[in-house]
Amino acid sequence: MTIEALLLSAVMAMAAGLIGCFAVMRRMALAADALSHVALPGIGVALALHVHPVFGAAAMLFFGGLLVWAIEDRSHLATETIIGVIFSAALAIGSMITSGDDLLEALFGGTTGAPSPTEIVFGLLAAAAVTLFVLRRKHALVVTLVSPDIARTIGIDVRRLDLLYLEMFALTVALGLRYLGVLLMGSLIIIPAATAKRLSRNLNQMLWTAATIAMAVTLLGSTLAMWLHQPTGPIIVTIAAVGFFLSFLRAEQYSV
Amino acid sequence: MSSPNGADHIVLEVDRLSLRFGSTQIFKDLSFRLSRGASLAVVGPNGAGKTLLFRALIGAIAVEGTFHWAPGVRIGYVPQKLDIARDVPITGADFLRANVKAGGITDSAVADALNAVGLSMQAASQPIGSLSGGQFQRLLVAFALSGAPNVLLLDEPTAGVDEPGQEQLNELVHRLQEDRGLTLLLISHDLSVVYRYATSVLCLSRHMTCVGAPKTVLTPDRLNEIYGAPVAFHVHDH
Repeated sequence: MTIEALLLSAVMAMAAGLIGCFAVMRRMALAADALSHVALPGIGVALALHVHPVFGAAAMLFFGGLLVWAIEDRSHLATETIIGVIFSAALAIGSMITSGDDLLEALFGGTTGAPSPTEIVFGLLAAAAVTLFVLRRKHALVVTLVSPDIARTIGIDVRRLDLLYLEMFALTVALGLRYLGVLLMGSLIIIPAATAKRLSRNLNQMLWTAATIAMAVTLLGSTLAMWLHQPTGPIIVTIAAVGFFLSFLRAEQYSV
Repeated sequence: MSSPNGADHIVLEVDRLSLRFGSTQIFKDLSFRLSRGASLAVVGPNGAGKTLLFRALIGAIAVEGTFHWAPGVRIGYVPQKLDIARDVPITGADFLRANVKAGGITDSAVADALNAVGLSMQAASQPIGSLSGGQFQRLLVAFALSGAPNVLLLDEPTAGVDEPGQEQLNELVHRLQEDRGLTLLLISHDLSVVYRYATSVLCLSRHMTCVGAPKTVLTPDRLNEIYGAPVAFHVHDH
């Protein structure tokens, strides 16, 4: 694996760990995972049109983020059910229009080769955007998490923040597809954050623990995958899951 | 409720406010004015739309009719008992600091707010899920105060708080109102508290609304009409 590929996977993982903290605290782990599936038809269409798959995936994810946002606003609908149905359908349709090795790689990730200049620029910009978003808006995200109504009284545009959050989430998924694929990228966002939540006593601790765990499992997983000649995604997620279960050996930090 | 001193002292003007969900009319043609430094208690049975009225007044839900806050109004809002996930690693200090950053308020305002509600820094540095009901309500009041509000909207601030804690919170709000000249809107089921502290009362129920001084609204007949059942409460004469 090249230095560029390692660097890209590290910044991608940092963004995933950070954005995942709020997904876990907002209890949208399942919705977030389903959202990543919407990338598959985008990859299929992009491959058919001979466009770089990451752009097809990013376009579909952007649309998926908008959709979740619109559905969440109509709270009388069974949000989880609708999200589950729509995004499973996207996965099914995507599987039909993508084929062979492309499908396997799109589902589970696996490229350990050198990233193209386009991928490097997109990756660095996207990771910087997600990281900056979380660090700059963490206070607004915290107040909105505790009470959207309180957030409104201090001048936070809750609807806009929700949309921005979902689109940053979608961007993070697009960023990691190369390594983990549409089936597993959601897990790199959720599992390190869930582990960090168990180990942390305050917000900053959780953010940095999640980012560190995500980077560590990604670098370790990528190295192991290269050594074992296996796709990267399954190995990274397995290591992340082992870390999560190991965290149970320690008492949860919030209990006093 | 309009001020004898003229429109300059009107903080909130509500005109023919109506709210309906589907075929259910929650409240209709609600009109009142609130002057600076007043203390308005909103009373009524469950489901009468008290919380929805507050949520409408902070712009969280759309309503028919109009309401105007006076220019320069800064609202501090304490919502009804929040259902916080007990396991999030967000401390009271994280939450208070979030107001500092989001609303541009200084660290010393946060310290003052904690001091005003009698919450120690040690309690504020614990995760919010591990705070007791009373501590969490105090934290919410501290958050509201850290924005240097001139209007406080309190939605059953003592719900879930033990009896001594309720007394302390009521005293605290009353003291803050007197010290800082805040305008107060309070939803409460404790009619003795309403009788003691409110300068005016707004009653809400599905079939009627009324506004007036506590002595004229909180009569046995009127309460019977509002709640649809006889209501007894103890008036503290001090």
